[in-house]
Amino acid sequence: MTLTVSNLHTHFFTRAGVVKAVDGVDFQIAPGEILGLVGESGSGKSITGFSIMGLIDDPGRIVSGSIRLKGEELVGASEDAMRTVRGNRIAMIFQDPMMTLNPVLRVDTQMVEAIRAHEKISKRDALARCRDALGMVGIPAPEERLRAYPHQLSGGMRQRVAIAIAFLNEPDLIIADEPTTALDVTIQSQIIHEAQSLCKRTGTALVWITHDLAVVAGIADRIAVMYAGRIVETGDIDAVIDTALHPYTVGLLGSVPTSNRRGERLTQIPGMPPNVMNLPKGCAFGERCPRRSSECDAEPLITEPRPAQAVRCFHPHGQGGKL
Amino acid sequence: MTVFVLRRLIQAAIVVLLMSMIVFFGVNVVGDPVDMLVSPEADQAEIARVIRDFGLDRPIYEQYWYFLKGAASGDLGNSFIFGQPALKLILHHMPATLELAFAALFMAIILGIPLGLYAGLYPDRASSKAIMAGSIFGFSLPTFWVGLMLIMIFAVWLGWLPATGRGDTATFLGIEASFFTRDGLSHLILPALNLALLKISLVIRLTRAGAREAIQQDYIKFARAKGLSTGRIVFVHLMKNIMIPVVTVLGLEFGSLIAFSVVTETIFAWPGMGKLLIEAILQLDRPIVVAYLMIIVILFVVINLVVDILYSLLDPRVRLGEQGA
Amino acid sequence: MTIEHTDAASPMVPIPKIQAPWRRFASEFFESWIARVALFTLLTIILLALAAPWITPQNPYDLAQVSVMDGRLPPGEESFDGYTMWLGSDGAGRDLYSAILYGLRISLAVGVASGGIALVIGSLIGLFAAYIGGRVETFIMRLVDLQLSFPAALTALILVAILGKGIDKIIIALVLVQWAYYARTVRGSALVERRKEYIEAATCLGLSHGRIVMRHIMPNCLAPLIVVGTVQTAHAIALEATLSFLGVGLPQTEPSLGVLIANGYEYMLSGRYWISVFPGLALLFTIVSINLVGDRLRDVLNPRLSK
Repeated sequence: MTLTVSNLHTHFFTRAGVVKAVDGVDFQIAPGEILGLVGESGSGKSITGFSIMGLIDDPGRIVSGSIRLKGEELVGASEDAMRTVRGNRIAMIFQDPMMTLNPVLRVDTQMVEAIRAHEKISKRDALARCRDALGMVGIPAPEERLRAYPHQLSGGMRQRVAIAIAFLNEPDLIIADEPTTALDVTIQSQIIHEAQSLCKRTGTALVWITHDLAVVAGIADRIAVMYAGRIVETGDIDAVIDTALHPYTVGLLGSVPTSNRRGERLTQIPGMPPNVMNLPKGCAFGERCPRRSSECDAEPLITEPRPAQAVRCFHPHGQGGKL
Repeated sequence: MTVFVLRRLIQAAIVVLLMSMIVFFGVNVVGDPVDMLVSPEADQAEIARVIRDFGLDRPIYEQYWYFLKGAASGDLGNSFIFGQPALKLILHHMPATLELAFAALFMAIILGIPLGLYAGLYPDRASSKAIMAGSIFGFSLPTFWVGLMLIMIFAVWLGWLPATGRGDTATFLGIEASFFTRDGLSHLILPALNLALLKISLVIRLTRAGAREAIQQDYIKFARAKGLSTGRIVFVHLMKNIMIPVVTVLGLEFGSLIAFSVVTETIFAWPGMGKLLIEAILQLDRPIVVAYLMIIVILFVVINLVVDILYSLLDPRVRLGEQGA
Repeated sequence: MTIEHTDAASPMVPIPKIQAPWRRFASEFFESWIARVALFTLLTIILLALAAPWITPQNPYDLAQVSVMDGRLPPGEESFDGYTMWLGSDGAGRDLYSAILYGLRISLAVGVASGGIALVIGSLIGLFAAYIGGRVETFIMRLVDLQLSFPAALTALILVAILGKGIDKIIIALVLVQWAYYARTVRGSALVERRKEYIEAATCLGLSHGRIVMRHIMPNCLAPLIVVGTVQTAHAIALEATLSFLGVGLPQTEPSLGVLIANGYEYMLSGRYWISVFPGLALLFTIVSINLVGDRLRDVLNPRLSK
């Protein structure tokens, strides 16, 4: 396993109270595997990503749990140790390519420093590697782009640069936090395609965080659906899309317009995501769930009603959802 | 870049012309120009001669034309007290003032930026709060009072530094300044610190605000995600972004340093053009006042121009915006 | 801001609706102990200045009460007339405690008067510019920019040099220096408000220009005006003291704190610190407390910072 996250709890201690942003998350990723981490905003999916990077700032903190990278424990590792991991063994791609590159530094500066932070290498060799990396993500005339400032590049181009930076040091794992949300649909699919083929080629594992099920269906091998700080359903992508078990996943799938359901009404999930500061007792989805019963006042445990598919629900859908 | 500089130069020339109009017509509307040009002790014949010489019996636009012609050839009248060309006197006193202003600017940078950065990076520490409280005082305290206190503490009570005057100067690389002698420096410290105090507070606030804002930006998080050292993140990624507003504001504030040096120079008996101005005002030596004003206007315009160019060098977005236009 | 918003939307029933927000504003203001101390200090200073004739042993302007025999007495010495000069006396034999309280009156009066006049004139010009728009607005705002790009101290110095000494001249000079700040502030907020829909609604209702400006736009400029007003008043007091210290401000017959400090300056090098230091401290407390109150007002009134 490249990464094993078990029972991760990341809480934010604000003046208004404790926000349990991540509240008991488990998952694993194998080398070369792509995991889609899906959820609405506020479900804790991004915080999970930042927890793995060790980039949780005050007032937040990993309260308990374990994050192991190839067997090595990262929770509680020193800041220096984490620094050698970040960008080197785990890289991250952010949501908004307009904001992630420093506006006043040239692309080459920002790429070369990413290499030189982790290995002793001459500037010229580093530059050569940057050029290759830009070529790899499909940037034409990389030589020219290297000398550009971020604002001279389009959004898609900038995100490609960010992806190239992520792959620079051939990391074991890349965490991509909604990397295509801010881009045009056509650019989106190009970037997804490139990220996918790069992972397969280099054996890098990828956690693709998104709220967009359509994107996940196109890229991921496996999917994990998060709700209110927990994973409520996980499994192989085809299995989950075809036969979702959790009522929330079913609801999510029902609200995606697809071509083979023309004319049908889109379903919607009633209500709002719960306030993570003050979660209801029992199942967090209970209040919005059509299948709710008195049992749901207790905490549902993870079960595996089908092979390679796990769900946290007392009343999982039996034979597929409403697809 | 050349087009950019050229355009700014033309704008600058227009502003100078405009200000010369304001100064000239201000003098003519508010004060009696005869008062401005003739010493109060002059007799009737002298006054009549001046009125004729300066064309004060002519229409006002014609007078302005003469004023401009004189100004263009560097003639802004003679000082009543010293009997020398006013412009020459001002220029003679200018190096001392510039020296003081540069020293203050230097202090503002080397004290303000580190303190502001610290307060911005660790906003919750008690030391940061102390720095910010200090900067409020720096803003509130009147310059002249701080000057008095500095003299009282460091010159009168402790006797560490001289209270007044400019010390020995030496010439280095063709520049004659106090920076190069021990005596000169010891005389420079107190007035420069006095003049710098306001700017130190300003730089602290600007740097802190810039750091606080930048640190929340994604590009800083991304830099951390790349595994960069804290030093590189702070001194390259953060600083380069903070420096843009700091340099811009500091540049623009250089003019106000020169203006405030009027106060500091008076307290510390520093022989600069500010002290000259105050003496001129007290002794009704009006040509000096007019000359000082024109010099200051030109200085301001030049400073603005330099800041504009500097700004475009620092911020790649501006630089390229101009090229595209 | 929302406070005035409700007021402007329903001008018929202002009083009960205003109460609650103002109370919330006050409780928020007093949350900070610095603000409490600053406001208390400021009120004490104002009270002391107002009560000066009744709580000082001497009227420093009454030549019959001042004796040169008492000149330069250190703090705590007894005067010729037999009362203790707790803060010492100045070169002319004036009791410093009395002189400071009388000086405070002048300093505060100059600051408040110039600030108030500048506020009214500047706000009207700013409102006018924002409401008229077009070339007139551009011209006025260019003028404001031009003046603000020049250091206030220098502008004031030159104005005083042209106008001459005296309390009225100083106030005129300070008004001329300050109006631009108010004009810019008001125009900024008025521009924001002008674009809002309720102004359009008011126009559609056929309300007169004057009514729209005074009842709808003006109340929304109040919050920033209050903040700028406090800070500018402190600035005006400091500026007047500076000018007076330089000898171009108030004459010896109207001794503000700045004049007192200037008088003490010549004695300072010989170690008679009190003549300058005590008036200086009075000035300091006044300016710092006003600034701290202003800082807190900015925090409380700024809608961008409040949640």
